Amino acid sequence: MVKRIEEVVEQGGTNEIRPDFFREPPVKYTGGDLPWQWEEDGMVVTRSASWAAPGCHDGCGVLIYTDKQTGKFIKVEGDEDNPYYQGRLCARCITLKEAIYHPDRVLYPMKRDPKFRGQPDKWQRVTWDEAYALIKERFDEIKAKYGAKSIVFSLGTGRGTAPYMTRLQYAFGSSQYAYFLSGNSCYVPRVAASFVLMGAYTCPDTAQYFIDRYDHQGWVPPKNIFVWGNNPLIANADGNLGHWIVDCMKRGSKLITIDPKLTWLAAKSELWLQIRPGTDAALALAMGKIIVEEDLYDHEFVDNWCYGFEQYYEATKEWDLARASEVTWIPEEKIRRAAYLMAEKPSSVQWGLAIDMTMECIAGSAAIVDLWSITGQIDIPGGMITTHQPFNIQTWNPPDPAESLTIEEQKARIGGDDFPALKYSGVVLTQADMTIDQMLSSRPYKIRANWIQSTNALSCTAQQPDTRMEQAYCNAEFNVMLDPFMTPTAQACCDVFLPVCLYPERNGIRSIYYFVQNTNKACKPLGESKSDMEICWELGRQWNAEMWPGDTVEEFFSFTMKEVGMSFEETREENWIYPEFHYEKFRKGEQRPDGQLGFNTPTGRIELYSTLFGQWGQKPVPHYAEPPYSPYNVPDGFNKEEYLQRYPLIMTTGARQWASFHSEHRQIPHLRALHPNPEFEISPQTAAERGIKQGDWCWIENHIGRIQLKANIQPILDSRVVSLDHAWWFPERDAKDSLDKNGKRMGSYGTYASNPNVIIQAGCGESGFGNNCKSQLCQVYLCEPEEIYAQTDMAEIALRFAPNEELI
Amino acid sequence: MSENSQSTEAFGLLINYEYCTGCHSCEVSCQMEHNLPTDRWGIKLQKIGPWQIKQDVYQYDFVPIPTDQCDLCASRTSKGKKPLCVKHCQSLVMDYGKVNDLLKRFDGKSKFTIFVPKSGTKSEVIQVS
Repeated sequence: MVKRIEEVVEQGGTNEIRPDFFREPPVKYTGGDLPWQWEEDGMVVTRSASWAAPGCHDGCGVLIYTDKQTGKFIKVEGDEDNPYYQGRLCARCITLKEAIYHPDRVLYPMKRDPKFRGQPDKWQRVTWDEAYALIKERFDEIKAKYGAKSIVFSLGTGRGTAPYMTRLQYAFGSSQYAYFLSGNSCYVPRVAASFVLMGAYTCPDTAQYFIDRYDHQGWVPPKNIFVWGNNPLIANADGNLGHWIVDCMKRGSKLITIDPKLTWLAAKSELWLQIRPGTDAALALAMGKIIVEEDLYDHEFVDNWCYGFEQYYEATKEWDLARASEVTWIPEEKIRRAAYLMAEKPSSVQWGLAIDMTMECIAGSAAIVDLWSITGQIDIPGGMITTHQPFNIQTWNPPDPAESLTIEEQKARIGGDDFPALKYSGVVLTQADMTIDQMLSSRPYKIRANWIQSTNALSCTAQQPDTRMEQAYCNAEFNVMLDPFMTPTAQACCDVFLPVCLYPERNGIRSIYYFVQNTNKACKPLGESKSDMEICWELGRQWNAEMWPGDTVEEFFSFTMKEVGMSFEETREENWIYPEFHYEKFRKGEQRPDGQLGFNTPTGRIELYSTLFGQWGQKPVPHYAEPPYSPYNVPDGFNKEEYLQRYPLIMTTGARQWASFHSEHRQIPHLRALHPNPEFEISPQTAAERGIKQGDWCWIENHIGRIQLKANIQPILDSRVVSLDHAWWFPERDAKDSLDKNGKRMGSYGTYASNPNVIIQAGCGESGFGNNCKSQLCQVYLCEPEEIYAQTDMAEIALRFAPNEELI
Repeated sequence: MSENSQSTEAFGLLINYEYCTGCHSCEVSCQMEHNLPTDRWGIKLQKIGPWQIKQDVYQYDFVPIPTDQCDLCASRTSKGKKPLCVKHCQSLVMDYGKVNDLLKRFDGKSKFTIFVPKSGTKSEVIQVS
């Protein structure tokens, strides 16, 4: 599966991209005229920014209400003064009280003998000192015998934890920073492609850089917003908030939605392109061909600021409308119309996970980057604005490993020497598939321990077969988990559990893009729980104190935010701090570290033809690859006709719900009630053909296995496509693994019962990135009544997971 | 005594349902604020659609409707705060006030409605907590 590219480029060489090159931008606005804490009706109100745990990495402004006498948490509300979300709040924060006082929250460090993994009654409470001593002893012993490289540090979706965990592992000496979704196919590929082609990341301009937002002089709403492979209202919009699109709709923005599913946004769109899953690159190439051939592109921008236009046009040539329509299932006229709308100014693209989830996702991302480039949308008001971490604060990106690891230690990164795109594009992760392979095979050497933080890999990223991720973790001698709640991954695989506190109980810094704000501790952590940051800081100092300056974790925060020119305590008084934002930085020498005009790429231009991809042995221009499992393509080794007859439906996965963030929140009663059971969406025709009625439990099956979900019949999908929920586990079910009647493993808390990940074929593309998680094949049929695992009983959930009165 | 019970005019909730995305923030805010169980609501979202009306035109709306257990957040509005459903609405499509004032918000361009729940009239309010 892994294609190795022979390429010798020195680590740390000039063609390596680091995202944190920007010069210190001046402070433009702050919220310093507002208090960060005050009293109200016997309560203390603390202004803060929400950031995991629990939940997402958006960082909305919140007011946390605590009891003045007892200091205990009462409630959280949105902060109307906060420019980012103006007082709005989603259900996950609104129900925070049920998370804080949840009866299943783990409040004390615990250990368990590895021979009892999977047994919930074998955990023993220990002190923090004992837990740290145990971890330090075991990690140091492994390092002395086998090298630091034999310990893997894994994280799920980044959130605020990444820079702390990576600093901890660099302090220890390991470069094995892992995220286990096959092909690292979440966000990272889009970011990598953006940095290679543009030397920057871009977001749709919804006035998020201005404190007065939509009233800002000089800002205009995008004329067109392409919602591409993303349902940003519900799913994470990677630094943007989905409802900002609604704000822009009210101000006249038209939508073009590219989605296999009729989402609410699609229904409200000027144009909905109902695309066949996994074919986004073909659509983008066809649109590009029209934009070039019908002379819709921005000549000034292409001539002055792009590189390789001719080669780009060559790459699009084969994508005439007829072929594109056949591949994407989108009518020719709609593709053409989309191309014309893309060429209007200003247009912006809110892209998403679907772009990462093909094996050739880097090439597919490039195809979309090229569209907004040749139409001149970059850094214009209402277009695609370049963005970066404000003041280079390290609360999102990991520190540069070169600062603390030797070349030898850096080179140990699994997959780093095999995939130049992974090695040199600023990504410091290991290659996920190779890492899991190594954990399973112990080749070329055994992975002996795992540090697992903010991830429930068994539910979220464990691809086929169902025990692969679990076995990979369990092959190690010693596994440490950090989480607020017991999870399938912790229960099945871990030996030490460190309890993480929730965001109202900790200090921290919120800064994914646009501005910085302190997360302010409003109440004491319950039990002995500590923040992710504090744990990394306390343990990290024991390995390399120099990397963790300061005598308190707050002093360390001041160090990481030093370019703001204020300490953590001082920034708290300012509430939010925005850097000065300029449009068209590339015309002013503000987009490159050397102050030259243009972009931070080898040619100084947007590279429609990528000189770096060329050096790295990849195709330098965008291209499309048919998904490995599709109605037109079945891998060698299968009888195509027979396979397609057995598995005729396209299975798209990862559908997000309002009630949860990845596998989180299933144990929160008021959230679970919004979506109590794992569901899949199916068209009325496809359901009728199979005798399936609304709410029927069905098997979704392919060559890897089968899972059980509840049918939601909706006229929103092509009859050839079904869409499955994301990352289910059942906190109310048996914590121990069990077998169903047919001998299929259910996994801890039933996490293999209804989880599409276990029937998704793993495997990455030639760049080391991408996996077709959203385009596989399957069959759907009714469960026999006696086969049905369980119907969620909300009365049971509400009773069992009601807040623990002793904690309140 | 809250402002609404002294008023001679009805109080209500304005909803610009052209832009309601069905995010449930109103429902859950109400449940948490008023300590309602998972199967009781002070405001309840209704989903209308999706279905196709004609080529490229779809019916797909959400409308939150206050129930008899809505007290229009009397304890909040008496302190000058917004009802919590209004405050947390992610599409910013809800407003609270006197019906006569709310009517002025109709722009004649998008889909609006006003609900006057029981608590907005002069009838007795059912205590929700």
